Amino acid sequence: MNFPRLAVSALALATAASAASAGDQIHVAGSSTVLPFATIAAESFGDNGEFKAPVVEGGGTGSGLKKFCEGAGPDTIDIATASRRIKDEERAACTAAGVADIIEVRIGYDGIVFASDSKGADFALTPADLYRALAAEVVVDGKLTANPAARWSDVNPALPAQDIIAFVPGTKHGTREVFEAKVLEAGCKDSGAEEAIKGLTGGDKDAVRKACTALRTDGKAVDIDGDYTETLARIASEPKAIGVFGLSFYENNTDKLKVATVSGVTPSVETIADGSYPVSRPLFIYVKKAHIGQVPGLKEFAAFFVSDDMAGPEGKMADYGLVPDPKLADQQAVVENETTLK
Amino acid sequence: MTPAAPASSLLVPDARTQARNRAEARFRLYGLAAVSAAILMLAVLMGSILSNGLSAFRQSYITIPVTLDAATLDKAGTRDPSGLRQVSATAYGKLIARNLQAALAAKGIATDGLKPKDIAALLSEDAGARLRNMVLADPGLIGRTIDADLLASGRVDGFLKGRVTEESAAKDSKIKPAQLTLVSAMKGAGMIGLRLNPAFLTAPDASEKRPEAAGLGVAIIGSAYMMIVVLALSLPIGVAAAVYLEEFAPRNRFTDLIEVNISNLAAVPSIVFGILGLAAFINFAHLPRSAPLVGGLVLTLMTLPRIIIPARAALKAVPPSIRDAALGIGASRMQTVLHHVLPLAAPGILTGMIIGLAQALGETAPLLLIGMVAFVRDYPGLPPAGLADPATALPVQIYNWTQRADPAFVERASGAIIVLLVFLMLMNGAAILLRRRFERRW
Repeated sequence: MNFPRLAVSALALATAASAASAGDQIHVAGSSTVLPFATIAAESFGDNGEFKAPVVEGGGTGSGLKKFCEGAGPDTIDIATASRRIKDEERAACTAAGVADIIEVRIGYDGIVFASDSKGADFALTPADLYRALAAEVVVDGKLTANPAARWSDVNPALPAQDIIAFVPGTKHGTREVFEAKVLEAGCKDSGAEEAIKGLTGGDKDAVRKACTALRTDGKAVDIDGDYTETLARIASEPKAIGVFGLSFYENNTDKLKVATVSGVTPSVETIADGSYPVSRPLFIYVKKAHIGQVPGLKEFAAFFVSDDMAGPEGKMADYGLVPDPKLADQQAVVENETTLK
Repeated sequence: MTPAAPASSLLVPDARTQARNRAEARFRLYGLAAVSAAILMLAVLMGSILSNGLSAFRQSYITIPVTLDAATLDKAGTRDPSGLRQVSATAYGKLIARNLQAALAAKGIATDGLKPKDIAALLSEDAGARLRNMVLADPGLIGRTIDADLLASGRVDGFLKGRVTEESAAKDSKIKPAQLTLVSAMKGAGMIGLRLNPAFLTAPDASEKRPEAAGLGVAIIGSAYMMIVVLALSLPIGVAAAVYLEEFAPRNRFTDLIEVNISNLAAVPSIVFGILGLAAFINFAHLPRSAPLVGGLVLTLMTLPRIIIPARAALKAVPPSIRDAALGIGASRMQTVLHHVLPLAAPGILTGMIIGLAQALGETAPLLLIGMVAFVRDYPGLPPAGLADPATALPVQIYNWTQRADPAFVERASGAIIVLLVFLMLMNGAAILLRRRFERRW
């Protein structure tokens, strides 16, 4: 019986392994929106065998940037993916931990679409319609009252006379932020409710935003805390519902879903790139400059990520359903010159 | 005058007896109903997993002659490995696409209305990468024409498995009905077919673009590595703790406290161990993320109480007469334990160990926090150094695949569940066998 010897050798092994840390392979973490495309890029990058394929984790933009800002040591991640720009307090945390030089690369855009069951009615929405259908309280006769709309036709006679049920991303999703800013707040303004609320609340900006973005809680607007697959499953069981998806997810499931136009524009890679489709957001990757030269292939991978083959108009990103950056050459230059954030 | 017939007899039960009999019949019926409900649910679960997942073990391959043209693959003509590496997987993909068109023309299959790009899209992107690896492993193939089995794309695979139909293709932006017509024609000519897919067990994970290439290789290795770590740590620590507490420790407040805490730890939700692991092993000890070593350490923490408890029960079940006899003929306490008690308790301890390992194998929650939910393409190296290389684990891979957008991953996830269940059944079967074979009763 050699239990003591076994236990000691196991512990020794643990320490030995910690010395040989994972600094020889690129680690990427962050936005779950960018995750599928990041895996596609990692896979293609690894295909040619010159460098190992990077390890890609999801977890969300906030958690990715937090890991990114933990320090500059070899056991920290090399690239954070993000579906929004890095916040000032995150920059401050980064700098405090010794990660001062960050290369910010905009890789493209993501469109947010409204889709319903492919056998259901067609929807032609506007932000104002969505606001009037989904807001918790709307202005009726100069007063804020609980949203009375029960059918889509109640908000806009041109819409189908169908019960309102919408599956929207929960508050932990980055998509929710975009949904609030580009749909609810825009709709609030377009429908004239913003002015009315301003008058009622005495012009407090935060209060107006809060009133504009509060969703109804009577079961007609349902928060989905899972991912888009859950939204898809909910739509399959409730075919009259409308759900919020990323454009890329919708493009993978066009046989099951039908997309709604927003302000008369059908979402597609082209309409988002030219700016005519209103609900979109930029996507970023953040590269730790201190790791370039230390982690083999890091700069090559960042350059590959925004290369024409991947992120160009004919590249794999557009193929997957994300929207290429029209000024991609600028971003390629950022990687080439290792331009850091000021 | 005959006496009135008695109200009840052995043959004619009275009302109360009848009521009791009915109650008993109902009681048995409840039990039966409960068992049938459980069996029914199990059957539904197994049925849905098997019907969704069994098809993952078969995959569509396109079989065509491929000419490995030296002019494209080895421009220098030197067969120099570093020169051969310069040719990208994309170039191999284009070569295959050209060969596919040629093969279709040779068989006289009409491709009207389809662009070369549409025909190339029948093949998986992984086909080029696989052929490239084949050529790099054996440069002698260059210049020859080989009969290659090439992975078909996910939608084509779905068509052969009945998941994709012409009707769904009409609405699908990833495939056209005309492409499916071509696939039907190719099937008629024997160029494409389903066959057994060992790559599902050996290949690494793949991205959304090529669900057809995704496999469990890295996940199985990662899970195996974690089990090695758990076994290497929790067997000695768990047995030592159980032996000390059962055989040597004095009975006092302190050992009572330890005992209560072990039972409490066994009931702590596993996610808590994940948080602990993140704080202790990654943030404090700076062990690498996504490594089976850290996963194994976290699972060890989780498994330890679940091993100590059955190990103590097994030690307790050894009759005191055996200890008394050993001590009586002059054995020391240590000799008594090592020579007599432990061997007799070993089957029970090992059974508990295997069941603890099986639980650890199926555990997902603690692994979410330490970076095991990652996309890992490269196999980890050999242990011990490979224990620190990035890898995933079986249950995490299932979780990962259920979140992918492409519907082909539903089949993959169910297939992975089948693999995990087979491993769990094997382990639990081994535990039952051990118990049946070696357990002694006094």
